[in-house]
Amino acid sequence: MKNQSVKNNIDWISVFIYIALVILGWLNIYSSSLLSTEGTYQKQLIFIGCTIPLIFVVLFVDGKFYEKYASIIFGVSLLSLAGLFLFGKTIAGQRCWYAIGSFTLQPSEFAKAATSLALAKYLSDTQINLKEVNRQIQALAIVFLPVILILPQPDPGSALIYSIFIIVLYREGLPSWYVWTGFITILLFVLTLVLEPYVVILLAALVLAIIHFKGRVVDRNLLMSGIFLVIISAFVFSVDYVFDNVFKQHHRDRFNILLGKTVDMKGIGYNTNQSEIAIGSGGWLGKGFLQGTQTKGGFVPEQHTDYIFTTVGEEWGFAGSLVVIALFVGLFLRVIYLAERQKTKFSRVYGYCVAGILFIHFFVNIAMVIGIFPTIGVPLPFFSYGGSGLWGFTILLFIFLKMDANKVNEW
Amino acid sequence: MRKILLPALIIIAGSLLVIRVFYLQIIDDSFKLKSENNAIKKQYDYPERGYIYDRNGKLLVANQASYDIMVIPRDIKEDLNVDEFCTLLNITKEDYEKRIAKAKVYSPRLPSVFLAQLNKSEFAAFQEKIRKFEGFYFQKRSLRDYEVDYGANIFGFITQVTEKLIAKNPYYNSGDLIGQQGVEQSYEEVLRGIKGVKYIQKDKYNREIGSYKDGKYDTIAVAGEDINLTIDGELQKYGQELMINKRGGIVAIEPKTGEILALVTAPSFDPGILVGRQRSKNYTLLYHDSIAKPLYDRGLLAEYPPGSPFKLLTGLVALQEGVIDENNFTVTCHHGFSYARGRFMRCHCSGGQLQLHRGIYQSCNTYFATAYMRTINKYTNPSASVDVWSSHLKSFGLGEFMGYDLPTGKRGKIPTSKTYKRMYPNGGWRSTAIVSNAIGQGEVVMTPIQLANMMATIANQGYYYTPHIIKKIEGKTIDKKFTTKHTTTIDQKYFPPIISGLFDVYNMGTASRLRVDGIDICGKTGTAENFAKIGGKRVQLEDHSIFVAFAPKDNPKIAIAIMIENGGFGASVAGPIASLMIEKYLRRKITRTDLETRVLNKSLASEYAKLGGMSEASKIESVPKDSVLQAKIAKPKVPAATNTKTEVKKTAVDTTKKN
Repeated sequence: MKNQSVKNNIDWISVFIYIALVILGWLNIYSSSLLSTEGTYQKQLIFIGCTIPLIFVVLFVDGKFYEKYASIIFGVSLLSLAGLFLFGKTIAGQRCWYAIGSFTLQPSEFAKAATSLALAKYLSDTQINLKEVNRQIQALAIVFLPVILILPQPDPGSALIYSIFIIVLYREGLPSWYVWTGFITILLFVLTLVLEPYVVILLAALVLAIIHFKGRVVDRNLLMSGIFLVIISAFVFSVDYVFDNVFKQHHRDRFNILLGKTVDMKGIGYNTNQSEIAIGSGGWLGKGFLQGTQTKGGFVPEQHTDYIFTTVGEEWGFAGSLVVIALFVGLFLRVIYLAERQKTKFSRVYGYCVAGILFIHFFVNIAMVIGIFPTIGVPLPFFSYGGSGLWGFTILLFIFLKMDANKVNEW
Repeated sequence: MRKILLPALIIIAGSLLVIRVFYLQIIDDSFKLKSENNAIKKQYDYPERGYIYDRNGKLLVANQASYDIMVIPRDIKEDLNVDEFCTLLNITKEDYEKRIAKAKVYSPRLPSVFLAQLNKSEFAAFQEKIRKFEGFYFQKRSLRDYEVDYGANIFGFITQVTEKLIAKNPYYNSGDLIGQQGVEQSYEEVLRGIKGVKYIQKDKYNREIGSYKDGKYDTIAVAGEDINLTIDGELQKYGQELMINKRGGIVAIEPKTGEILALVTAPSFDPGILVGRQRSKNYTLLYHDSIAKPLYDRGLLAEYPPGSPFKLLTGLVALQEGVIDENNFTVTCHHGFSYARGRFMRCHCSGGQLQLHRGIYQSCNTYFATAYMRTINKYTNPSASVDVWSSHLKSFGLGEFMGYDLPTGKRGKIPTSKTYKRMYPNGGWRSTAIVSNAIGQGEVVMTPIQLANMMATIANQGYYYTPHIIKKIEGKTIDKKFTTKHTTTIDQKYFPPIISGLFDVYNMGTASRLRVDGIDICGKTGTAENFAKIGGKRVQLEDHSIFVAFAPKDNPKIAIAIMIENGGFGASVAGPIASLMIEKYLRRKITRTDLETRVLNKSLASEYAKLGGMSEASKIESVPKDSVLQAKIAKPKVPAATNTKTEVKKTAVDTTKKN
């Protein structure tokens, strides 16, 4: 019996962590919106209630369904993203939602799962070897298609999430220089913002010189080092140019606040300052459930959505924050562990995508809230208020748990 | 390697987050404070200050409500009837606009004071209609309401705490009121009670959204206690009236208990002028009057050589030391006393042979100088003798702070051998060098309250209680030090001869014209020379007039000391005032109205004019307004003061008619 097999074989550790996170999330939403009249926590309760039939549907669909129809699901998802340009509803300047009455749906929340399926499907072909440039381009195309549709909404937060697919592809054989390039790009970007462009180039030249002369004699290639330096210089200057001329002022401000270049607690720095105060005032054990003064006072903007972690920090203190972070980290490692034991490449890649997507949300969100990442709209999975997000993450996770539960039945 | 990257990233990133959270929550503790500033407001509930009553239960100081009209500019409705509003508050429309604009500048969302300190009648009409004016509300404040126009020096006043005090005493917050000077200061903690505090949760707009933690940390205000003073209101008032146009102090003590019956300083002022909107203006005027010094409590602070009254102590010490005898020690006075080559102390007594008794009532300098020299010559070393003499005097509470419960005081001065070692570093001083002490000149300095206490001790024949002004605190006992008997080092048997001498001061001596029929008063006149620098020259002014007394002779009920600056001979001004005060206290009415009228009309203004005349402040240095006696006061003869004083007199006359 299928029912029996799912019940017996599903990974209950992941399920329990999931349930714990959803419940904790709701308690914090309850606390942060207790005094609001918009019915926030009631609505979130309805959203949570809706996940139960959703989970059952996901679990009872045949395990092969996802692999078989991955391309179609991906196609529908891309269409739904493209459709936003025609039918989308604009909220706070972002055209990210479909409105059905008072109810709104954010297709980008579901596109992550669809993209993961599509990538898994593509890579599951035994013919695929990511050492080949063609394959690399094809795989990256799958990742970039939804990004191209999401970026102009504009929703840079959601787009940022897709960068984690690089790590997934690396796991499946993408050459390591992609990762290095990504890492060095980020490093150079940040350094360029902090230091003068010339200083960065000088530093880069110094590092290249050390590598050149310390390296093995046979590998010495002055031309390559020179080309690297030219590319780096071009990148540094373009970053400088883009930052000063293409970025809007509020983007610049977000970086400047983060890098400590400007201090403005009333204006743009308000969000980060207030969330730091809220978390910082928590101490070891926090102020207690419903006792957060900052939470009650509504000092932290968007507290029930992107800044939900401030409530955790203020009311539950360091102990609570540690528990929440540990639950998340535990879930990610568990999913990776499960992914590694999958028999099919399809479900392994998909599992990796699940862990990666959840992880990057988690990291970017909390890092932003505690002031070590620029302000960017990324929700905390299972915690932040919002139906689309919760459902998107639930579907993402449970499709994988279904695959995992099914592995024994696979041929 | 490829399998490890993602798990490694997850663990590194997770640790990074934990470290940062740990830093925010545990290492950096600045956020706690910031969060409190952000979100928690303390709202204080000030209890009503305790009332002050006199010894007979007469209410002296109460509280009055005053009202601040507050405004939250954003809440004002468009259709507010400005005309009606302005009429009710008696302000102009321009004024209204100006005040609203000012409030808006402060904050459109937060309350600010629109109109401050309205009294009950100003507020009453507005209160009925306040519902109509959305955005406006009132805040009640409690101010002192003085039921009497005397006793400013006793009460002290209420003022806002200074930053310095806030730093020292965490109870007080900026804007809190605190008692300063007088009993308001010394019984501050009793009178003020304990303020309550409510913690209010605020939101990001600084609006209040309810109580913090359901009031777990809130405290309830504890009302201030009422107190009864030892002051006799009627006597105090009478004393202040008698001191009109004079400068000086009166201290009256009940000998049996040490209770201060009256503590008068002149010039004084109506305590009511230090309440409300005029407070700071008036206080500045009083504060800067460096000549009349209305804020200077002469009863407690004026240190002078006591003059003749000190002879009583000279006599008592000499008796105790056995160097004289009541009857068998006779001195011959040649209208003066030559005690060293070319040194002569003049004497106003009738001369001839005299013993202790006549020595006292005729205030013979020769007699007491001789007695004193014998005291100092008793031991071969004058230092030892001076220390013996000095320690006897100190047992009367002299030369030290007395420990009474008012915040100001002076030690006075009783010299010891050390004093003279400092004055004569080469030694060689003998009794002749310090003989002026015998008659209260020399190095001896006393305050009026010390003189009064000396008289109380003599009346008690050898003991006293520390003078104090607190009679009763609701629900508490008063300080034990005020019920502890202090016994002097003089045997009780030496007091009756002194007392009998004092009694005859009234019968045959310097105060014989001041007798009150039916009351046996014992008293002693005194004068203290004084000098002032006028135009760079040292000028001797009229002597300070001093008088000490107690009555009745048997079973004394009141001991009194009076000091009148530049009042002349003790019996001329201070003496009459003493006898009137005693009669007032013991009989509650005055039989010698002619003497009373004479004292009331006695003005020393012309003498004081030499020191610099009347200042701005003297215009508000009040004289009692509701007094029937006021009518008897003639117009003072000093031109500088005429205007105001005349006005005051008119008011008084009007009051009389109404009554």
